[in-house]
Amino acid sequence: MIGRDLLGIEDFDRADLERILETAAHMQEVGLREVKRVPTLRGRTIINLFFESSTRTRTSFEIAGKRLSADVINFSAESSSLSKSESILDTARTLDAMAPDAVIVRHKVAGVPKRIADALDAPVINAGDGAHEHPTQALLDLFTVLQEKGRIDGLTVAIVGDITHSRVARSNIYGFTKLGADVRVAGPPTLLPPAVESLGVKAFTSLREAIEGADVVMALRIQSERLQGAYVPSVREYSAMWGLDRAKLRYAREDAIVMHPGPINRGVEIAHDLADRRPSVILEQVRNGVAVRMAVLYLLAGRAQAGQEGAR
Amino acid sequence: MGRVVLDDAAIRRALVRIAHEVVERNEDVARLYLVAIPNGGVPLARQLAANLLEIAGHELPVGVLDTTLYRDDLTRRGERPPLRRTEMPSAVDEKIVVLVDDVASTGRTIRAAMDALMDFGRPRAVQVVALVDRGHRELPIRIDYVGKNVPTAASEKIVLHGHRGTLEPPLEVRVEAREQG
Repeated sequence: MIGRDLLGIEDFDRADLERILETAAHMQEVGLREVKRVPTLRGRTIINLFFESSTRTRTSFEIAGKRLSADVINFSAESSSLSKSESILDTARTLDAMAPDAVIVRHKVAGVPKRIADALDAPVINAGDGAHEHPTQALLDLFTVLQEKGRIDGLTVAIVGDITHSRVARSNIYGFTKLGADVRVAGPPTLLPPAVESLGVKAFTSLREAIEGADVVMALRIQSERLQGAYVPSVREYSAMWGLDRAKLRYAREDAIVMHPGPINRGVEIAHDLADRRPSVILEQVRNGVAVRMAVLYLLAGRAQAGQEGAR
Repeated sequence: MGRVVLDDAAIRRALVRIAHEVVERNEDVARLYLVAIPNGGVPLARQLAANLLEIAGHELPVGVLDTTLYRDDLTRRGERPPLRRTEMPSAVDEKIVVLVDDVASTGRTIRAAMDALMDFGRPRAVQVVALVDRGHRELPIRIDYVGKNVPTAASEKIVLHGHRGTLEPPLEVRVEAREQG
């Protein structure tokens, strides 16, 4: 059951995911029209509450909201003092007083969107919290694979890189396994969480073994501070062992696609010429992000609360 | 269960008659564009297109236009209704668009369809076909071509039977009692 909020893919079952993806397919058609705007959320207010900067995700939500005719307000908060829970909740209450119909939250600390959801009447959509989840990224990845491959059930999906610190990896692991894909994760042993296989995936410490026969290879962004010794000896070493290029990709299926949540570190986790052309679908992912976020806003924003439903 | 108001033969006759009325009213048949409101309008529009090909010798475009994103009751409902496909194979500019729905009632769906249509361009005219008009209009909207007027009580509903999920027109239209609640 799709509830009030979207906090993580972990909360969804297969039917919920299929409903969102199906809705996104229709939203994609709206984006192809000459007038790319429908009046669905006219007079509704959506607040983008970003405690951590992110131009891409914020813009994608903003376009999605505007295509549904909602008023989208960007509220970027300086994150320095906001790891204190008091000020987060104060901010949330301030926003609540403005009666938004949905609040989109990004924060560097896991669990903050949930805290805010507990304090607000409006639905809260998690746009990425710490190393916890980034559900709309997983939804757009699922949607992209569905469009490219026609199915998700039975596919082999290899997620490569810094699995430990990646909310994208976590949301995708939930999403792809719930929809019946075989999920593999791979990376340097220092960046693989010890109990990751309990999430229903297979862990590899060899890139070649991980992508052997894969239909989808997903590279993750590696933060530069993790490339300075504690986890990985050097950028060069990481890129030689784990950076995707056309030569390494030979081990995957011939028709495998390459994905990346962006922004990419060119020449680190993915080679220049691979990032820019097929089989990479990085720009399709960005494009699909708008349709998927429209679907999420359609399903969650500005719904009548229980008890005030109009008669039909 | 319920009473039959249109059977298979009557539905087919109605669609032939409506095709003749459309031709009679629109000299410029080549300008017509049939746009179905899903799901019920789709098989009816296809059958009308076949009839118009036979009568007037023109193969007309048939579009499908989902009105869900244009509904006026979305924020009054707890659950959002599922979306249906929209497929508009040709431009609506300067076309005479004939909207095709199965059952006309409050007029709110037609209002939504007209708004949606205007986002695709500027048609020369918009006309409306409904297989059944059950009354209870809440907006100043007139149905141009009606298969059958079926006055109903609010406690009754119109049900189309047969060929569910196929492209064939329905076999039967019944009036049934609404479930309580």
